[in-house]
Amino acid sequence: MKAIRILRRNISSAFKSVVRNFSLSIASIACTAITLILVALAVVLTINVNNFTSELESELTIVTYFKENTSEEDINATIEKIKALDGYESHEFKSKDDWKAEMQAISSELDTALSYIENPLLDSVVVKVSDATKLSATAKQIQKLDYIEDAKYGEGMVDEVITIFRVVQNAMVVIVVALILVTAFLISNTIKLTIFSRRNEIEIMRLVGTSNTVIRLPFIFEGFILGVLGSIIPIIITVYGYILLFDHFDGHLFTNIITLVNPANVVISVSIVILVLGSIVGMFGSYRAVRKYLKI
Amino acid sequence: MKFIEINNCYKIYKNGQTAIADLNLEIKKGEFVFVIGATASGKSTLIKMLYREEKPTKGEVIVGGINVAKLRNSKVYKLRRRIGVVFQDFKLLPKLTVYENVAFGLESLGLKNEEIKPKVLKALEKVGLKEKFRSFPNQLSGGEQQRVCIARAIVNEPKLLICDEPTGNLDPDTSKEIMKVIDSINKDGTTVVMATHDKDIVNRMKKRVIAIENGVKISDSLKGSYKVHESN
Repeated sequence: MKAIRILRRNISSAFKSVVRNFSLSIASIACTAITLILVALAVVLTINVNNFTSELESELTIVTYFKENTSEEDINATIEKIKALDGYESHEFKSKDDWKAEMQAISSELDTALSYIENPLLDSVVVKVSDATKLSATAKQIQKLDYIEDAKYGEGMVDEVITIFRVVQNAMVVIVVALILVTAFLISNTIKLTIFSRRNEIEIMRLVGTSNTVIRLPFIFEGFILGVLGSIIPIIITVYGYILLFDHFDGHLFTNIITLVNPANVVISVSIVILVLGSIVGMFGSYRAVRKYLKI
Repeated sequence: MKFIEINNCYKIYKNGQTAIADLNLEIKKGEFVFVIGATASGKSTLIKMLYREEKPTKGEVIVGGINVAKLRNSKVYKLRRRIGVVFQDFKLLPKLTVYENVAFGLESLGLKNEEIKPKVLKALEKVGLKEKFRSFPNQLSGGEQQRVCIARAIVNEPKLLICDEPTGNLDPDTSKEIMKVIDSINKDGTTVVMATHDKDIVNRMKKRVIAIENGVKISDSLKGSYKVHESN
């Protein structure tokens, strides 16, 4: 009961302190909010980049052309060999007639041109790999097989795109960690000023024999409150901002290739991340300040 | 019965200044003791060591059975709960009423409101301020503010009341009133240790006087006065 009473008094004291040092609290909440907005942006971007990367990776295929006049048995035998390869995931056979029909469907000129000549195209098989990093190695292995004219996967460009995304992902992690540290520092500074403005109170508490834990608690709560209040605005901005963005661009960014992740999957997880981060960083920041400046 | 015992105590600050040198002292339970001396004589250091605001560099300071020198920072509160401290500059919280100022300490100790109220009212009655419990410190005179400070110090019924120049900021008439209050608290059985350089008070009260100069005890007389100190 005594612990609950102390806890209740500490919580109310923390709220009073936030209100009493209103301008300071607002400044701190605003700083936290701005930082957390940037964190939210970084997280949203990371989720989308991750999604885009994995989607792109799953779309990556090796288009394998067979030499002209390869018999059906030889084609089937070669496909069996491809299936046995390490990076193989699935395949789709596309005959030269399929290609012709597809091309004829694109324009009437092509349709006319192709209908007058013998089919100049090659039979092919489109191979999907289990992992984007195995793309290049698998293509090389296919190239070495008999009856293969060519195995293409858009070499240079694809490799480069994958590398760029890896760099972007790592950069995001670094930026988010840096922003979190900045937020903790800001909250720590606010609590330092609160401690300074309440030094008489603290001195009296110490003199009447209040234990150190009880003296520390209201500041930790205050950090928690500042963190939670500072995360509300970023959460609102993320939820409404992302839904608006998603609706405005109809789920795609710039081109149809870049698909945005469904808001339902993004906003809840980002909001939880921001709220948890805000409160933990708030408490951590104030704990740091209390340890450093309370000297008890 | 000994309540405070100081044996071969030294306090040397980090800058090399010796505030207390080879001090030996015994104060009995229920005694009223003045500690006198000029500014920077070491009397404030002695007072601060009693409530463990300062730690002795060498020697023993035992207050109510607790060895202050060996007390860890995290355990200081155990000592402080037995002690009340009154300051020259009152140290009241300006945004709290008289009642709230006195209740503040008890609240932070986790007492129930029903337990706090009678204690606070009793302490305010003792210092003669029961009528003004709703006032804020800035609505009170200096003497009244000091009485609130005393009420706050005695509200938890401490065994020892430490007063660090409690009349330093007050005029002679108000000082007399404050001393009456402190004297009556002592008569109730609380040990009082008071640092002062108010000659009138010391001479009039006829209590034990310990004189300190340059950190050394130069006289210790029962029913003493400032004159004894000066003639030494």
